[in-house]
Amino acid sequence: MKKLIVSPSPHVRSEMTTQKIMLNVIIALCPAVIASSIIFGLRAIFLILVCTATSLVWETLFNMITKRPNTISDLSAVVTGILLAFNLPPTLPFWMASIGTFVAIVIVKCLFGGLGQNFANPAIVGRIVLMLSFTGAMTNWTVPLGLQKTDAVTGATPLVSGNAEYLDLFLGRTGGCLGETCALALIIGGIYLVIRGIISPITPLFFLLTVEVFSIAAGVDPLYQILSGGVLLGAIFMATDYVTTPITMWGKIIFGIGCGIITCVIRFYASMAEGVSFAILIMNILTPYIDMVTKAKPIGALPIRKRED
Amino acid sequence: MALNCIKIQHKKFTENCKTKRYPVPEKVSIPMSQHMGVPCEPLVSVGDEVKVGQRIGDSDAFMSTPVHSSVSGNVVEIENFLSSNGRVCKSIVIECDGKQTVSEDVKPPVITDKLSFINAVRESGCCGLGGAGFPTHIKLKYDENKTPVDSLVINAAECEPYITSDYREMMENPDDVLNGIKTIQNILNIEKVYICIEKNKPKAIELLNNMSLNDDAINIVKLSSLYPQGAEKVIAYNATGRTVREGELPLNQGVIVMNVSTVGFLNRYFKTGMPLTRRRITIDGDAVKSPCNVKVPIGTSVAELLRFADCEEDKVSKVLAGGLMMGMCIYDLNTPIVKTNNAILALKSDKKRIQTNCIRCGRCIKACPAGLMPTELEKAYNQRDAERLKLLRVNLCMNCGSCSYVCPAKRNLAETNQLAKIFVTDNN
Repeated sequence: MKKLIVSPSPHVRSEMTTQKIMLNVIIALCPAVIASSIIFGLRAIFLILVCTATSLVWETLFNMITKRPNTISDLSAVVTGILLAFNLPPTLPFWMASIGTFVAIVIVKCLFGGLGQNFANPAIVGRIVLMLSFTGAMTNWTVPLGLQKTDAVTGATPLVSGNAEYLDLFLGRTGGCLGETCALALIIGGIYLVIRGIISPITPLFFLLTVEVFSIAAGVDPLYQILSGGVLLGAIFMATDYVTTPITMWGKIIFGIGCGIITCVIRFYASMAEGVSFAILIMNILTPYIDMVTKAKPIGALPIRKRED
Repeated sequence: MALNCIKIQHKKFTENCKTKRYPVPEKVSIPMSQHMGVPCEPLVSVGDEVKVGQRIGDSDAFMSTPVHSSVSGNVVEIENFLSSNGRVCKSIVIECDGKQTVSEDVKPPVITDKLSFINAVRESGCCGLGGAGFPTHIKLKYDENKTPVDSLVINAAECEPYITSDYREMMENPDDVLNGIKTIQNILNIEKVYICIEKNKPKAIELLNNMSLNDDAINIVKLSSLYPQGAEKVIAYNATGRTVREGELPLNQGVIVMNVSTVGFLNRYFKTGMPLTRRRITIDGDAVKSPCNVKVPIGTSVAELLRFADCEEDKVSKVLAGGLMMGMCIYDLNTPIVKTNNAILALKSDKKRIQTNCIRCGRCIKACPAGLMPTELEKAYNQRDAERLKLLRVNLCMNCGSCSYVCPAKRNLAETNQLAKIFVTDNN
């Protein structure tokens, strides 16, 4: 008799896969990749390629050494590579960028058990490690093409100088990290992800709203705070990372508000100009606790009676 | 607040297929356990002659319902039968004589009061035809003083892909459905009736709506075409707004949920006295060339049924009793059709799926109609943490499969929940 397959239900699965989700994120990052090449030139594209390639190499090597099946086909390393590149100044030497991807992929992700097991966003930790290790190179801000004068190729970011035009901020014609300057491209990517159902708009909206409210309360121009620095990049692409952010709606709201508050506190009252990466990292660490207090409520559940022994 | 649910493909290819009557098979094997509860004991022995509608199995137990012969012929064997849910029971093999002589016992029941009504329902051998197989007479035999019932919910959602047997019941026998409802409503004195139909069956909604225009007690509830609208707790909530709590039956909330085919069958039984010996089955799946609805004698083998629908047997890799979402795999094509089968699906090879780690996307949580956290349940089960599983209420999982369906990492969440339930019970 012919043997039949016996397996538990359900016998049909949705078309959505981990790989497709990551691919959608990569597509959403493309407008910002294009924008960065227009703003900062070919060097930006090379840096993105170096980060992506080294991420894939580190993950492959780690899996080879630990004798695990190679997991690069899930494309999460590509996302990490591009996101880390977005958080670097376009002039950063390639070898430093490779150290960043090593920290992100091997130390933050693989050593904790690979995709889905890391407690902090790999790209953010990669950026912070580079920031603390190579502070000079990490704050060497390039002035965008077309705005350069003959004798000056570097300048302050708009967060420090505080004198950029809204339109320049919106289109990204300012100094800053590679992928964070063009608000338009990031917003297009974010809308794409929301429409495709990949991310929930809750976290970015609450993040931005909190920055807005906090800025007004602190007497700072709120729109300027949102458009300059890494708030949009962080809110749309880093604070929506599935793995390191809360899983329920209420958790996402708390996460967004927390990120906004910490960002503003660092920006306004600490000695650093930018606080988005630390804000997200701190909230990443708090995520298990947020998850604990924002559990989904089972329908019709009765309170559990303590067994009397 | 709406309960969580998911969108799936309907694949209702057989919705316009008028029910065919299946010819009398040469041989049937009628299992003694086709319902939820205690299996019956055979009332006949090898060599006996049996007739259509004759009672051949019964039990004294409370939670049970009798089994009747679907054919006339001779009992040739009483074999052990391993059903797809893993239980072993006796099964009566009857060689058919083709005459289909009807038993003298088959006569319309005399119903005068609630007691005679309940007895008649028991005698019909009826159990929930939607798939769970809860004995119908027990569902209807409740104590009005303890649990008053004011709502009768008729489950005609049919939210599983492929299956159209309930839809055909509504289209072909709307009188039986409505008269059955009226009988139950009058005898049990139930105030309101909700016939719940998914919006993807507009013809059935229109038909039943037009036929019940003059009856204020009957409400047609149009459900959005989502899965699992047909789950008992979900449909009770969507019809009446009442939440069936942990450990309760809908009865505790004053609701009785009945499948539309069950109601239709009961009305035919009240008219003719012919017990549950045939039922409508949807035969479909990508390996079936002529998908159809057929009224099949209970006990006919699945193999015969698939041949009837021109199934490409060499291409079949999986055969399901039930739908894609909750159906059970059949391991042997000689398995007989039982009362609770509503569809037989023959499928070609499965797609290979790459499983990755959980990426915590939260899709399973958004999908769970019971409001559970399947990904957390999986972690708790992997750590064999019975306390945490209890805290996360794994017992409320209805095994609808929505979590596994939506999971992009292709994790077997529904399967894990079933294992976790057993683990919790074993650790109590």
